[in-house]
Amino acid sequence: MKAVVITFPGSNCDRDSIEAIKAVNGNVQNIWYKETSLDNDLDLIILPGGFSYGDYLRSGAMAATAPVIKEVKRLAKKGVNILGICNGFQILTEIGLVKGSLIRNKDLKFICKSIHLRVKNNESIFTKSFKKNQIVKMPIANMDGNYFACENILKELQDKNLIAFEYCDENGQSSKNSNPNGSINNIAGVFNDQKNILGIMPHPERAIGYNKDLGSDGLHIFDFFNI
Amino acid sequence: MKVRINISLKKGVLDTQGKAIENLLIKDFGFSNLANVRQGKFIDLEISESDPLKIQQIIDEICDKFLVNKVIEDYNYTII
Repeated sequence: MKAVVITFPGSNCDRDSIEAIKAVNGNVQNIWYKETSLDNDLDLIILPGGFSYGDYLRSGAMAATAPVIKEVKRLAKKGVNILGICNGFQILTEIGLVKGSLIRNKDLKFICKSIHLRVKNNESIFTKSFKKNQIVKMPIANMDGNYFACENILKELQDKNLIAFEYCDENGQSSKNSNPNGSINNIAGVFNDQKNILGIMPHPERAIGYNKDLGSDGLHIFDFFNI
Repeated sequence: MKVRINISLKKGVLDTQGKAIENLLIKDFGFSNLANVRQGKFIDLEISESDPLKIQQIIDEICDKFLVNKVIEDYNYTII
């Protein structure tokens, strides 16, 4: 696998993402946000977590105008896989590559803990290592992680089966109690129409087996070329 | 011309900060006659244009392209 991880000013999960690619024996390069050219033969572009541009204006809004984004958009159209994690998810919504938006957490607190997710759709390159409805564990670390979409968009996401992950408890029950940040319909991750782009609020790159408490479920998001 | 752009969350989008402010004002400060507190932000700028139509075009364009996320936000502006 040939992957790049893009670093914006304020990214802080770029090195974790690089480690995750290395953990699945991928070839990974770190790219600075000012880069104006990306290789055509990339398998994966990662927009990592963090607080790009200090979350000024809106989370992800400034990064969405960075020089490298033109290339990200170009390769997205060509079908290159793009994974936006946390702040990367916020950037994807600001670019318009995935639908919806991420607003302030319901309880106004920064939340950093391990949570459970249900794999809602395993028919994508990112989720095919999971079983449908499998319960997985990953950490979240966000301030603006509250996914919002209007009714029309929600219906479209449901009709096209574009919801990737939903927050749930360890038994797979989705409720207000198992919703850490107020996300509408417990949505934790969504695809674009072609499912070559995934925006996800939890951090799979922090659950790659290095820490027993965080587990290794996150590895499966990255190992899609090794199956 | 000096212009102030007011940006707020759309009706129907949960405004957690507005809600928290409202709770404090009502519960801690005792203003029981308050309701529907919403928080937003404003951006002031100067435009070297005097034609109101031209100003509107510029404001609409910068809001559309960058300043406002129309999935969650509304805006209006006043010439100040």
